Amino acid sequence: MSGIFNSSIGRKFAMALSAFFLMIFLLQHFAINSLSVLSPNEFNNVSHFMGTNWLVQYIFQPILIFGVIFHFVMGFVLEIRNRNARKISYVKNNGNANSTWMSRNMIWSGLVILAFLGLHFYDFWLPEINTKYIEGNMTGLLPDGNYRYFEELQHKFVDVWRVALYCISFVFLSLHLLHGFKSAFQSIGAKSIFTDWLNKLSIAYAIILPAGFVMIALYHYFNH
Amino acid sequence: MKLTLKIWRQKNAETKGKLVDYPIDGIEGDMSFLEMLDVLNEELIIKDEEPVAFDHDCREGICGSCSLQINGEAHGPDRLITTCQLHMRMFNDGDTIYIEPFRATAFPVIKDLIVDRSSFDRIQHTGGFISVNTSGNTIDANTIPINKYDADTAFEAAICIGCGACVASCKNSSAMLFVGAKVSQFALLPQGKIEATDRVLNMVKQMDEEGFGNCTNTGACEVECPKGISLENIARMNREYLSASLKR
Repeated sequence: MSGIFNSSIGRKFAMALSAFFLMIFLLQHFAINSLSVLSPNEFNNVSHFMGTNWLVQYIFQPILIFGVIFHFVMGFVLEIRNRNARKISYVKNNGNANSTWMSRNMIWSGLVILAFLGLHFYDFWLPEINTKYIEGNMTGLLPDGNYRYFEELQHKFVDVWRVALYCISFVFLSLHLLHGFKSAFQSIGAKSIFTDWLNKLSIAYAIILPAGFVMIALYHYFNH
Repeated sequence: MKLTLKIWRQKNAETKGKLVDYPIDGIEGDMSFLEMLDVLNEELIIKDEEPVAFDHDCREGICGSCSLQINGEAHGPDRLITTCQLHMRMFNDGDTIYIEPFRATAFPVIKDLIVDRSSFDRIQHTGGFISVNTSGNTIDANTIPINKYDADTAFEAAICIGCGACVASCKNSSAMLFVGAKVSQFALLPQGKIEATDRVLNMVKQMDEEGFGNCTNTGACEVECPKGISLENIARMNREYLSASLKR
């Protein structure tokens, strides 16, 4: 058991587990973001709960950050190892003949997502940490007594360039998921009887979820 | 048919190689790809030039010796065939054809288009066998009832000829389709259960030591495999490996 994560299959397995964790987190993130469209009050309530609950803040949040870092670091480690496995490239390589663009370019779609995460942390996570843990304001309230979360969210989607960057990033997220979702199941050894079902679920997840995030960003841009 | 061949020439493993252009004429559509190379080599010999070195043996798609990357695809543009079964009718008059060796750090070039695939043999040595008494009292394998699905699936894995097209096609030079097939063909049968744990652990360990890359499930190996070995074999190997690791 000790050597499992030093093996190629063990690394694939670890990569898949972190991917499952992040995909479940994405679903939860999407559900909360959807509230900002359906019910700003509920969005405020849930955001305040998530932002102040000790279990979420001190247990789940560090696990999430670890999961994100692990997934990216492991992705880079695998990419370097894989490049070393073919030190001399083909002069002519017809990758389109046997595989999808998404499957061959996970590192590039991943890098776009990493850049997006940098922007997203700059927009939301860092100001949140500053307000709560540096300024010490845990009330989540504006001077007028209302919760600040919905207003802060809408404020971020005023700038058309930021909205465009978000939308482009979600397209790359979709491309990443189109391969990553079913690939994760293959890595943990999913049986072939599930292949058709997984392919359909993979397409549904990889398109509906990012499209939903895009719709939410556009909704706030046009309704701020 | 008139063609321009761009062929990788490399004196040996220590020297750097390069693509060399060879115009060739009079190629018939019914010729196999290797016969086309034979014609080229005869012309080169007449001109007192070094013929192109390439691997071949049975020339009927069984031995897995012929291993060429043709126009960026292992065994060329056709499907479910080896290079020796590829016919020139797949190409058009005036085409330029790139011919390179299978490339992987674990498949070093010996000369021109010939690569050393003994890494596959070393993987096989670590677990590609079963313990059967062959000293005269061997029990007929057919006396052991085996589920039809398992027997068929094991056979589908066992038809892997170890040509290395999976490694050559994979952007990561992963050998997991080959190892997955070798693990599967035994894992599915009762005769293979005895060494199942050691087999998968040892074969994967050797595969990693040989320097093959990590599978990222692009599926290129399955598409280019001349025997149609399924990705399901990789999933089965993953299951076998994870289960074997838990037992240790």
